[in-house]
Amino acid sequence: MAYLAFFIKRFFQAVIVMFVISLIGFSIQDNLGDPLREMVGVSVSEAEREALRDEMGLNDPFFVQYGRFLSKAVQGDLGDSYFFKRPALDVIMDKFPATLDLVIGATIIILGVSIPLGCYCAIRPRSFIAKATMALSIVGISVPVFLTAIFCIYLFAVTLGWLPSFGRGEDLVEIFPGWETGFLSLGGLRHLILPSFALSSIMLPLFIRLIRSEMMEVLEQDYIKFAWAKGLAPRRVWFLHAFKNTLLPVVTVGGVQIGIMLAYTILTETVFQWPGLGFMFIEAVNRVDTPLIIAYIIVVGLIFVATNTIVDLLYTFINPTVRIMGKG
Amino acid sequence: MKLRKLGMVALVAAATVFGMGVSAPTHAKTLKMAYDADPVSLDPMEQLSGGTLQMSHMVFDPLIRFAKDLSYEGRLATKWEQVNETTMRFHLRKGVKFHSGNDFTANDVAWTLDRLKKSADFKGLFEPFTGSKIVDDYTIELMTAEPYPLVLTMMTYLFPMDSKFYTGTDANGNPKDMLKKHGDAYASTNESGTGPYVVVSREQGVRVEFKRFADYWDKESKGNVSEIILTPIKEAPTRVAALLAGDIDFIAPVPPTDLKRIEDHDGSNLVTMTGTRIITFQMNQERVEAFKDKRVRQAIVYAVNNEGIVQKIMKGFGTAAAQQSAAGQLGHVEALKPRYDLKKAKELMKEAGYEKGFNITMMAPNNRYVNDAKIAEAVASMLSKINIKVDLTTMPKAQYWPKFDERAADMMMIGWHPDTEDSANYSEFLLMTPNKDTGKGQYNSGNYANAELDALVNKANTITDQAERKKLLQQVEQLAYDDAAFVPLHWQNLAWAARKGVHIEDIVNVMNFPYMGDLVID
Repeated sequence: MAYLAFFIKRFFQAVIVMFVISLIGFSIQDNLGDPLREMVGVSVSEAEREALRDEMGLNDPFFVQYGRFLSKAVQGDLGDSYFFKRPALDVIMDKFPATLDLVIGATIIILGVSIPLGCYCAIRPRSFIAKATMALSIVGISVPVFLTAIFCIYLFAVTLGWLPSFGRGEDLVEIFPGWETGFLSLGGLRHLILPSFALSSIMLPLFIRLIRSEMMEVLEQDYIKFAWAKGLAPRRVWFLHAFKNTLLPVVTVGGVQIGIMLAYTILTETVFQWPGLGFMFIEAVNRVDTPLIIAYIIVVGLIFVATNTIVDLLYTFINPTVRIMGKG
Repeated sequence: MKLRKLGMVALVAAATVFGMGVSAPTHAKTLKMAYDADPVSLDPMEQLSGGTLQMSHMVFDPLIRFAKDLSYEGRLATKWEQVNETTMRFHLRKGVKFHSGNDFTANDVAWTLDRLKKSADFKGLFEPFTGSKIVDDYTIELMTAEPYPLVLTMMTYLFPMDSKFYTGTDANGNPKDMLKKHGDAYASTNESGTGPYVVVSREQGVRVEFKRFADYWDKESKGNVSEIILTPIKEAPTRVAALLAGDIDFIAPVPPTDLKRIEDHDGSNLVTMTGTRIITFQMNQERVEAFKDKRVRQAIVYAVNNEGIVQKIMKGFGTAAAQQSAAGQLGHVEALKPRYDLKKAKELMKEAGYEKGFNITMMAPNNRYVNDAKIAEAVASMLSKINIKVDLTTMPKAQYWPKFDERAADMMMIGWHPDTEDSANYSEFLLMTPNKDTGKGQYNSGNYANAELDALVNKANTITDQAERKKLLQQVEQLAYDDAAFVPLHWQNLAWAARKGVHIEDIVNVMNFPYMGDLVID
């Protein structure tokens, strides 16, 4: 029962969030520029452009345009992209697998590196490796993704020639109709390495530091001291008792970070010419493709609400003392 | 176990070698190229832009094209002659096939001209044409209302489309020749031209695959590329890296900051050329009283060190200008040189009574022209030396164009490349008195108005005698120079780069429409 109420509450939250986002998106669209300018050559006359604007309904008052948008949106139609000339949602669904590949790749790198390294730094804080990791992670946080990405391209693609410099490559494997992934072929994987690493570079240091400090705190707690006193094997103390409790805040932060990672895909995908959502979004902004911009922010808003819901659910599994409905 | 593994390795190796042998016969040559964007449509009339014209030269053929020296080279037209003052007769090439298999005839030319006159983007260029008369299948006459000097130039924009292929209705019940800026149109995604390449697949914004058209008429072309894969790479550093890493064979444009790196790289072939896109600032006389004074305008031109801008900001990748027409264009006046002279500028300001200077606003885009924002900053600081304090705003082009249309600042940056490659075109858009009815002066944000200049340009547009026309167009440039009608900065250079062995030097040109059909790869 609690779960049902929780889902209903979250569903209405999502609807409100998306309504607000669409309203904001719609009200700022006049400041994004003139879509007509991106659709016609420079020598086309103002009168000609005005006629096109009329034809597309761009000269209608704000609430007429917004009303038209809403009445279509409730039927699942967020309008057609000016550039792709297809429904904006279809375009987003086409680009989504590429971005998901990238986010999964970055997540694997982040978890695969930060958990062992973070734990090690907590268990052996005075070791050379721990100190070096801490120092490097400061550097990692402060270098912009853009720079990391360009540096990686020049080192691994241009100078060493080990990895491809851009894009997803040609040998992608189709897992569902219209859904291709690079994880199932060598060429696809080779193309994934650099962009995934660049995307992970911002969050990796953050996670290492987070896991380290959380675990250090846990290791100081009484129940761990009891465990040592009981004579348990070090592995059991570290990985069974301490690590499990370290995870709690990591999951919370991680959930929020997935949303932030979507923001960083904009930079990463632009540098690597990765045909995903982030690159699509920045191009839509450049082209003043307003229907696509609004559809994108609505979908991203939905992803935020969904990940937060999942995080809240995970929480109850990891820590049974947390109740889903607060007091309930 | 080990043996089995070895066996597997051998098998895979064999398969690889064998597979390569099959899929890459020695004569098949694939070119991987990267532009900063892919064509917005496969319809040659949907948008008048460099990207569309680059696509048109691959998939379609014009009646006539410019050779490298800007002379006319017959393509689908083999010969032409003037019938009378307002009629030109074209003899068409025989035995030309469209990609659909249909034969190319005079019908297609007439059909294409009609459609051009309906295209929002192209109707302006083809306005002087009143109609066509089909003499026989391979002869057509085109008529203009008045004698028109640019008839042959306009034929470089006439890419005959397959009239049979584009007739009828598509799956949505719309006519196949529908021209629509937004929404699904058949001609945007389907093509049948006569050009050297057929579009095999296209994923917009990701890649376009072309394959050489087996029945291409031009058997004399040395072009030997059988397949082209066009990938847009937006970010300039990535585009350069992709070339240097060997992932891409041909890139354009090349950013000025990377020219040296590519030139120094052994495996690369860099080609640069002076271009015809002029970058200027306009001084709005309606907003600023002082700009009405010729001496103030001259002072500004004297104060702007445009040669310095070319050297320092453009890294030599441009040609400092004192007029609109570039060298080689009809109106170019050799004697007009950049005139940076700070002392003279200060004197002129004093003479005009503005020794103490004044405040103005300035706007420039930051992603439209090469180094646009940096150039604007430099100009603003140069003007401070003659006590003109500049409040500069730069913004992305998407936001800049509406501001430009509003004439939102006292000085605004505008670059212009004439679609006609003709001198008169600069003045028609940038300098002639703005007039909503004729469409002249559409980009004249300075509101510069000079009846004498207007008359000269209008006259030049009805004179077919080249020598006389040249005189008029040169007068226009001289007039604008003396009057300091605008602040000339520079003509942007063009650059393309490829790996060694890809002979782009033979196919690139000042219009920036590489003739891919003639590309030779070693």
